[in-house]
Amino acid sequence: MNLHEYQAKELFSRYGISVPHGKLAYTPDEAVSAMEQLQAETGTNWVVVKAQVHAGGRGKGGGVKLAKNTTEVREKAGAILGMHLITPQTSAEGKLVRKVLIAEDMYVPGPSEPKEYYLSILTDRAKGCNVIIYSTEGGMDIEHVAEVTPHLVHKEWIDPTVGLQAFQARRIATNLGLSGEVYKNMLPFIAQVYQAFVGEDASLIEINPVLKTSDNRIVAVDGKMTIDNSALYRHKEVATWRDFDEEDPTEVEAGNFNLNYVNLDGNVGCMVNGAGLAMATMDIIKLAGGSPANFLDVGGKASAETVEAAFRIILKDPSVKAILINIFGGIVRCDRIANGVVEAYKKLGNINVPIIVRLQGTNAELAKQIIDESGLQVHSAILLKEAAEKVAQVLAQ
Amino acid sequence: MSVLVNKHSRVIVQGFTGNEGTFHASQMIEYGTKVVGGITPGKGGTTHLDRPVFDTVQQAVQQTGANVSIIFVPPAFAADAIMEAADAGIGVIVCITEGIPVQDMVKAKTYVLRHPSCRLIGPNCPGIITPGEAKIGIMPGFIHRPGTIGIVSRSGTLTYEAVDQVTKAGLGQSTCIGIGGDPIVGTTTKEAVQLLMEDPDTEGIIMIGEIGGSMEADAAYWVKEYGTKPVVGFIAGQTAPAGRTMGHAGAIVGGTEDTAAAKMEIMRQCGIHVVDSPAFIGVTMLNALKK
Repeated sequence: MNLHEYQAKELFSRYGISVPHGKLAYTPDEAVSAMEQLQAETGTNWVVVKAQVHAGGRGKGGGVKLAKNTTEVREKAGAILGMHLITPQTSAEGKLVRKVLIAEDMYVPGPSEPKEYYLSILTDRAKGCNVIIYSTEGGMDIEHVAEVTPHLVHKEWIDPTVGLQAFQARRIATNLGLSGEVYKNMLPFIAQVYQAFVGEDASLIEINPVLKTSDNRIVAVDGKMTIDNSALYRHKEVATWRDFDEEDPTEVEAGNFNLNYVNLDGNVGCMVNGAGLAMATMDIIKLAGGSPANFLDVGGKASAETVEAAFRIILKDPSVKAILINIFGGIVRCDRIANGVVEAYKKLGNINVPIIVRLQGTNAELAKQIIDESGLQVHSAILLKEAAEKVAQVLAQ
Repeated sequence: MSVLVNKHSRVIVQGFTGNEGTFHASQMIEYGTKVVGGITPGKGGTTHLDRPVFDTVQQAVQQTGANVSIIFVPPAFAADAIMEAADAGIGVIVCITEGIPVQDMVKAKTYVLRHPSCRLIGPNCPGIITPGEAKIGIMPGFIHRPGTIGIVSRSGTLTYEAVDQVTKAGLGQSTCIGIGGDPIVGTTTKEAVQLLMEDPDTEGIIMIGEIGGSMEADAAYWVKEYGTKPVVGFIAGQTAPAGRTMGHAGAIVGGTEDTAAAKMEIMRQCGIHVVDSPAFIGVTMLNALKK
């Protein structure tokens, strides 16, 4: 589950990580009063207006602006709120901005120059442990830094049995070229970020930039955090922070039926049991000359109800020109699925697109018979090869 | 004739008396698997499916001589179950459970690695089967046939698809290993391929991967270096968009090297017979064996 920046920072501060003071605003008026409050509480002069959407690269798309007075904050919040923010991580239409974070400006001049660093934590799949990735090149696109100057991106792997050790934090601070007060302040910061990662079951924490302020404090100026969905059961409060506005409404609806659905931009809908077979079915659609309109895994216990729900969800997409149902019945019997398809089809009434049903496995022959004798406009197949050929035929018509 | 499990495997079921455990244990027994008992904490001393129930894996191992365990316990308790089995000296642990928190698996995998004689398969996998001898998993037994093709896969139903095609091509399977669809799994593609490569009775290997991670590339490089048998490969998710999780928690395209296209290219360069369409896995294996 993705968190917004303001949510990530809320969690950060619970672990003692220093973050800029900030307030959420849904309107330009709220942005103005947020700025006034921040000025009163923190003495900050300027504030930063930051779009709160689930996408990186917000600054590049014009979703992050500095405001030097209340006139500017009203104007800039007004421009960002309601915009469709387009960043390298969004679709071409961008993401609608519904709220902005008004944050204290941390780049005020002082005894020393402010400097930005990069820090992230994720799980290294190959090594089977968590890894801290860090760089002196903060505030930049880290993928770009890794490509152009790989020697500036460092990694520190953490032994899960003992967790992050003090010497590792010292090595990170040393490799970042820190000394004196900044060095000392960086050590607890690293430890706290790691505690937040483990404590909240994050699958990603990315802080870019980590800022050394002009008075040598270490602050998480930005924060991106993703929580492991499988662990949400033990983070009940955070689970309620899920922002449905940031998700595709059809995908949310599918989730309510325990269907695993991802909306894509093709013309052939598909309904499959099992994630691997679902991806393989999408590939088959492509090879047959079509393009998949979705990923949809009905799971291991497909029933008439789930088949009907899946039909409804697929048919919501007007670009769907055909539907391929591909079920390998192992534990689930194919004849039951076939009956489910026929029932759902009759119940839905007006399905105007051709449907190819491929049922293989337990009672496959019986299932094919049920489909063939149903009198419905449904093409049946047993072999995957046949199903692919039928998709190609239907698309050619 | 097989790897990891055979007709002599003595199997216990963790989460024996629950719905999933009961259903699949019955199916395994029906297939002929030597299920010698099960574990449900608090129900030790009772009998289930005509087999003894124990409170701990340790008791079960001591009293039945079990050397293989299959885990059906809910996600919140599954990592603990894996570690308990490793601690009790189980040689092959098969974890079916889907949805274990990644941080729990980080710990469990590290723990298992400290027990050199223990191998974990999964989690989030269909299990292992040596056709005609032992089914330790949730796969439909009847599609399999004893034979000489080893199969390694991250998926469930896609594995069944490959098995079915192999059977229909007139070949059979030595052992099919479902390694699981999670980001962190006990046995990697490379390790499973290596086991099958070293098995004298396996003549060909089918390797089914998907987007995300580097396991297939690692396996391909190993095959190039040490391979002695034909390997047929398929990667699911050629049409998957970047940055989205496709059902399996581990199936997400993160960079440029974990896309299906990149993996397939690496596999081709390493001499693997890569199929673009999953409909041709069986026939490609048949042709590869004739060469």
